[in-house]
This record gives sequence, structure tokens and C-alpha cells, in this order.
Amino acid sequence: MKVLLVAEYREGKLLGSTYELVAFAEKINARTAMFLVGTESVLPQYDGTLYLADSNKVGEFNPTLHKQLLLDVIAREQPQMVVFSHSSYGWDLAPRISLALGAAQISEVVDVVDGVPVVPVCNAKLRRQIKSNTDLTVVTLQAGAFGLSNDPVGTPTVEKISTDVVSQVEFSGYEAAEAGGVDLSKATVIVSAGRGIAKPENLAIIEGLAHALGGEYGASRPVVDSDWAEHSRQVGTTGQTVSPKLYVACGISGAIQHLAGMKKSEFVVAINTDKDAPIGEVADVLVVNDLKTFVPILTEKLNSL
Amino acid sequence: MKILVCIKQVPDMESKFKVNPEGTWYDNVDLAWRMNEYDEYAVEQAVQLKGQVGDADLTVFSIGPNRVKETMKKALAMGCDHGVHVADDDSYQKDPFQIASIIAGFAKDKGFDLIFTGMQSQDRGSAQVGVLVAELLNLPCISTIVDFAYLDGKVSVKRELEGGGRALVSCNAPVLVTCQLGLNVPRYPTLPNIMKAKKKEILSIEVAELLNVTARQETSKLYFPEKKGGGLVLEGDAGDLADQLIKILRDKTSVLA
Repeated sequence: MKVLLVAEYREGKLLGSTYELVAFAEKINARTAMFLVGTESVLPQYDGTLYLADSNKVGEFNPTLHKQLLLDVIAREQPQMVVFSHSSYGWDLAPRISLALGAAQISEVVDVVDGVPVVPVCNAKLRRQIKSNTDLTVVTLQAGAFGLSNDPVGTPTVEKISTDVVSQVEFSGYEAAEAGGVDLSKATVIVSAGRGIAKPENLAIIEGLAHALGGEYGASRPVVDSDWAEHSRQVGTTGQTVSPKLYVACGISGAIQHLAGMKKSEFVVAINTDKDAPIGEVADVLVVNDLKTFVPILTEKLNSL
Repeated sequence: MKILVCIKQVPDMESKFKVNPEGTWYDNVDLAWRMNEYDEYAVEQAVQLKGQVGDADLTVFSIGPNRVKETMKKALAMGCDHGVHVADDDSYQKDPFQIASIIAGFAKDKGFDLIFTGMQSQDRGSAQVGVLVAELLNLPCISTIVDFAYLDGKVSVKRELEGGGRALVSCNAPVLVTCQLGLNVPRYPTLPNIMKAKKKEILSIEVAELLNVTARQETSKLYFPEKKGGGLVLEGDAGDLADQLIKILRDKTSVLA
């Protein structure tokens, strides 16, 4: 099988997820070629043909142009599969390619079992195997699901590509993530609040436990989206990636975006009323209880030690 | 201005799920149903846009069995003008391409200036349907927006990127945008608006009138993931649990030293 890997590049850097695509191809024993909108000064460590469009001309984000460039390469390479990261770049571009080529698209692949891709369902509570009915299949890979066992090596054979298609949208640059606030990456203990705190006043319960354990408090996305906590306290894909000695997840179901930000913690305690919550998959200890009852009792006992 | 917002009814994600007898989807009995969370942001943004431009007609669209009308009523109570329901008891078996084809089949000759969708659904989570609808209608699409502004026919948005940064993108209407969590603060329908929504029209269309393509993929198996071994599950009285946990933290970590 031959697959085309769609590498990612942003703000002058090749994204590490590029090598997850290579790892996926290795896992399914596929021959590969790679596509990248980037620059010649930052090439992936990869042995194979790299179709390279100049991001200074095309723009790092431009779905219309990237789509046309990719369709041109697919016509030349005739792969059976086109592989993206399941990222803001990949999930935007992949459906445009799958529709143009009449291909099935299988999103957020976490595994391949007997040649069949597996994806999460219902906030990762369930798994689903999906069979493609088309000759060409487009897949997007969940961040972190596939990894190389060794450091990547190699030098690509660069094939330059360009297009003269006119863009549908105007991309005018980036806005940096909000700076300032708390640096959770230095905390040895983090106690995080999730949707289970139910109302903003209950954040004090989480702060109380964080204080008793000599740590900082963090939050999951829904808590930050509701403006109950500032963005600098958000743990996850669009917030901070942390690796404390102890991570206590209170009322956090464990969406993949959150897990990606905290799964390197040394010891994980989850407090949740739902015994089946996906957070249980990464927790060393799951306390099945209502955080609003349990956390104040725990805090009081810790404070009187 | 004509605005369309597409919503999906999904189970509450805290539900106890069971696999259906065919082993291809979750069993849909004994579930609490609600609006897909991403779509709540889409509805709110559409209602805000209507409020901003004044002279606008806002349609909420959904596909599924009769029960999805309950979720559509919430969107009507939030401020949509009327609903279009595509009746389909088997919508859960349709793939993203078929769902997008149904929506595009409805929208293609209606002249919508703005189409809002969620960036993905909470149950299937393909993140494909909104982008596919735009491509089928040959409209520009900007996905994963966390900020939206409209002025004189031009849409300016921020797309959320990994790491918390944002890409600044603009485009002239007509355009489709897919909405990410945190885009706005979805309103709670007020009681008077819930009463008013009861009088708003929901037009029903049979799915066969809009669907003329076959699925490009199918579910071969749905199942629960294997639990990671080693994790200890503690249940019981909160006071006892706290004592047990403190002992574990003493034994296994250095944070109480």
C-alpha cells in the first residue's frame, strides 16, 4: 500500500506530529511520500519524496491553495490513503480532499486493528471500527496515538510544487496565546477543576485542596470557557501541558484534549461520580464520589495532619 | 440576510452507554438527549448576528427521528425564527458525507448568507460535516472559530490552533463557519421565549427527498475500550475514602512528606 503523509508547519516550524504520520505508515507497512507547505530551510528528517510548496508564497494557512496543491500531488502519486493529523490544520483540509476525490474519510484514528481503523465515540467512552467503501481513503490521526520508537532520521528528496489558484479566504497572521498568569508547568502538585464543580463558587473547594497539598489549581476547558478560571490555568491541548508529581482531576471526564495535557503526571488521582469516565483510564486512583462532598473532607483531614 | 444554523441532538455524554444489538452504535433507549454542545455556540452566534443586523431570517436545521424537534425547540427559544426538520429514524447510520449531502441538498437554492455549524458532534466527532457542506455548496469555509465579527458583508474570525494561539482569517459572505467551544456564552432560553417558541413553525421534510448518495464508510464494530490495568477504584463513605487516599499518597508519592 502507498500512502501520502500531509506534514504540518506553523510559524516557521515543522510540527512534531509529522513523525506520528510516519509512525502510522510504519505500523501499517505502507510505502510513503510526504506533502508539506513549508520552507526548504526546515525539512523533516525523512527518507523519501517530499513535495514541498513554499509557505511564503502560499501562506501557512490557506485551504483553497493547500487543497489544490494536494490534489495535484495525489494525481501524481496515486496513493491508496492520504494521512493527516487530526488537528486544526488536518480536520480543516481533510474533508475538502475526501470530497473532491470521492473518498471516505475516517477521523481521529487511534489504532489499527487487523487493518481496520479504530476511532473514539462519545467522548472516548466507546470505540468504533470503520470500514472504508472507497478505493482511496482519507484518515486523520489523533494527536499522540502513534509514535516512532526511534528518533527520526533521513533526508528527503525535495520536489517543489506551486499553484496559481485564487484563494477564497484571507489569512492575515497569528495572535499569540494569552501570556502571563500562572505557570503550571513548574507546580509539583496540581488540583484541577472540571465541569463537575457545577458552579463557579465551587472553585474555592478546588483551591482549598490545592492549598492543602502545597500546589496550584488548574482547570479543564469547560471551566475556562465559562470564565470561571483564567486561561493560564487551562490544562490540555489548547492550554498548558503539565507533568507534576501529583495531579488531582476533580469532576473532569477526561476528554482527549485534556488527557494530552496531563498524562505525563507522575501520579494521577481522579475524583468523579462516573465510574466509567475516560479519566479513569489514566488515573492511578479513581475515587468514585461527588467532589463537592469528598474534597472538603479530604482538605480538612490534610490540613489537620 | 438569511442565516442557517445546523444542529444535532446527541445523548448526554454522562449517560451509561450500551452497545446496540447489531454492535454498530450505542443503544438509543434510556438516554437523556440534548443539543450537541458545539452547536449551542453556533446557535448563539447566529442569534447574536441576527440581533446585530436586525433584518434577518434565521432557520435552524436538524436531521433525525421525531425527538430531535425537542432540541430544535431550544434553538427556537434561544432566538431562531423557524425550524426545518429532516425526518430520519436511521440518521445514526448515515456517514458524514451523507449527512452533509442532506444539508447541502436543502440549502443549495435557498441563498443563505451565513451558515453556522458546530465544529464536530460530541458522539460521532468526525469534524467533517460543516466543511463538507461548504464544499458541496462551493462556499468558503472557516473552521474551528473562537471569535466572530461581521461588518458590511465581511466576516472576520479567529481560528483556534493547538497551543492556544489563533489564526486571523477573513472572508466575504456567503460563508460557512464551524464553531468551537468558548466562541461565546450560549444563552439560557427564558420562560417567555420558551412559550413563544412553541408557536414557531417546524417544517418537516422526508429524508428521501434530500438524500441521493450512498455511504462511503460503515461501522463494522462498536465496543467499550479495555480498561487500563493498575488503576485502583475506591468507592464508599467519603470520610473513609479520604483516609484511604491520604495513606496512598503517603505510600506512593512524596507530596505529603
